[in-house]
Amino acid sequence: MLKIQGLKASIDGQPILKGIDLHIGRGEVHAIMGPNGSGKSTLSNVIAGRSDYEIESGILEFEGTDLMDLSPEERAHLGLFLSFQYPVEIPGVSVTNFVKTAINQHRKAKGLEPMEAKDMLRLMREKMELLGMDKGFLSRSLNEGFSGGEKKRNEIFQMALLEPKLAILDETDSGLDIDALRIVAQGVNALRSPERSILVITHYQRLLEYIQPDFVHVLHKGRIVKSGDKSLALELEKRGYDWLKEKEAEV
Amino acid sequence: MSMESLKDRLQSSFIVFENELKEETRSPLHSIRRQAMKRFETLGFPSVKLEDWKYTNLKPVVKGDYTVFADREQGLEFSEIKRFFLNELDTYKIVFVDGRYSSWLSSTTHQNYDICTFSAGLRRHREVIDAHFSKAAWGERSLVALNTAFAREGAFVRIPAGKIVEKPIEVMHISTGSIGDSMNQPRGLIVLEEGAEATLIERHQNLGNARVLTNSVTEVFAGAGSQFHYLKIQNDSPTTALIDHTAIVQERDSRVDVGTFVLGGRFVRNELEFKLEGPGANAGMIGLSLVDEDQFVDHHTGVDHVAPHCQSDELYKGVYDGKSQGVFNGRIMVRPGAQKTNAFQQNHNVLLGEKATVDTKPQLEIFADDVKCSHGCTIGQLDEEALFYLRSRGIPAHEAQALLLYAFGEEIIAKVPLPELRQRLSRLMARKLNVDFELSL
Repeated sequence: MLKIQGLKASIDGQPILKGIDLHIGRGEVHAIMGPNGSGKSTLSNVIAGRSDYEIESGILEFEGTDLMDLSPEERAHLGLFLSFQYPVEIPGVSVTNFVKTAINQHRKAKGLEPMEAKDMLRLMREKMELLGMDKGFLSRSLNEGFSGGEKKRNEIFQMALLEPKLAILDETDSGLDIDALRIVAQGVNALRSPERSILVITHYQRLLEYIQPDFVHVLHKGRIVKSGDKSLALELEKRGYDWLKEKEAEV
Repeated sequence: MSMESLKDRLQSSFIVFENELKEETRSPLHSIRRQAMKRFETLGFPSVKLEDWKYTNLKPVVKGDYTVFADREQGLEFSEIKRFFLNELDTYKIVFVDGRYSSWLSSTTHQNYDICTFSAGLRRHREVIDAHFSKAAWGERSLVALNTAFAREGAFVRIPAGKIVEKPIEVMHISTGSIGDSMNQPRGLIVLEEGAEATLIERHQNLGNARVLTNSVTEVFAGAGSQFHYLKIQNDSPTTALIDHTAIVQERDSRVDVGTFVLGGRFVRNELEFKLEGPGANAGMIGLSLVDEDQFVDHHTGVDHVAPHCQSDELYKGVYDGKSQGVFNGRIMVRPGAQKTNAFQQNHNVLLGEKATVDTKPQLEIFADDVKCSHGCTIGQLDEEALFYLRSRGIPAHEAQALLLYAFGEEIIAKVPLPELRQRLSRLMARKLNVDFELSL
């Protein structure tokens, strides 16, 4: 589904990704772990199409389509979704208006008519229930004054509405207490299907207790230095990231 | 053959005007006109050398072969101008075509209150006009003087004590272009006696491609405890220039809110002057400018806090695309006796066009010590983070930008009293931004 090969990217002339290889198959859940500054967020932003980064070389394909020249909205229409580490606060844009616009723009891209208002409302209610959100939430300004937990729940709410083929969860666990984490993870797990792939990007192993990955990769200094199954996450939890430095010293 | 300057033409037109007025020239009103004409002759059109006109160059605007008086009445059907009205509501209508009142298109009243024209006001309530005319907007400003000199027609609204006008009043100035390039000088007078309430919506619309220069003056007198909502929809064609001077005097515990929405027009200069003479008076000003290409829009506001315990609130926002140009100047004067004054002013601008510019200047003159005054202004671009967030959800760049601009403007539109007008403004915004209206809902 997602094919990344030899991907190199930089920002302001500073290389961040130094040759990433990553293949995610349909229905698979991958986790990318790594210390701060290893390039985790850059990778998710580059996949989603943020223009601040300079792509120097490599392959970035989604279901056989080259993503390099596609805008963020075109990538979203193909079925890519990024759950932001820091969802942006947008005063004056209500959650309802925002998700309605997003859903209808997705439909437009597929050549479909806008969704009927009552169907839209029913869909929103259904997904809110899934995430234990209250009704007042819909009329609030997007992310404005939301707690950390509310912001992340709102991300998963959007994911549930847009039903992406590949969801990237960028540090979705950061800033969440254990209850919020459980609710968010439940929401994500409810969306797991043989058709949907998930890429979890995280510093800590604890989210992976709730969203169990098929594959775990360790990112360090812009490269994937180790890949394995979920036991690798446990090993990282035990050993921390210091062994990466040792390994570096050996080279 | 050199072209006669507009000033010369106005001077000779004044003589023609006086001849038409006949015995009316002996009235106290006309002696004010004459003095005003003298002031204009001395001062001339304002130049950029004046501090208040530093960024606003009138030269290209007044250069033109304008007809000063329409010599004939132009027949129009309501269907030709229906689109400018709030058709969802039953409203009073005061309609002028090429500067002349059209009773055919209007819907006025003299029952309970007078919602009519300046000329009708002169016939029926000369004492009201003599008591108020040129008392709020006086002729030290040359363009106000010019308008005063030619004051003959415009809206006249008089609401007696305690009367509430339930229907909004729509004042419409139509230019047909059938007389070529033309200059209009409407003169409005609005008098609300104690406890009276009214809402007025004003528009200027040019139907043709001729150039239209409007130099409008409106005086508002808000009696004790009265309430007045005044909404200006400035969405005229690209060959028009509008200079609007509105002067408001407020008595004790009155509340006047003025909203100015600029979407169209080539050149717009708004001067909005409040004088808070009675304690507890409350003045509200909101403004939203959404302009592009080579549009020019200037908002000059002034609040004169004379009495204590008054409040003024001001929030203006602007979005400038293309090579459009904006000016904001907000003056707040707090006089020595005006203790317990609250005066707030905000001006926020978004520059979309690389060649767009805004000059913004707060001007606070405070001569009392027990006051709360604040002001703030910003000029910036749209938030790139927010744009990326919206686009990552499948919302195309153009729509994402519009969504953010709606959000920016919504704070202003939400303060408009009539839901039908709020909807209309949202639709006008959508059209200007070239996006689906649905986006704003």
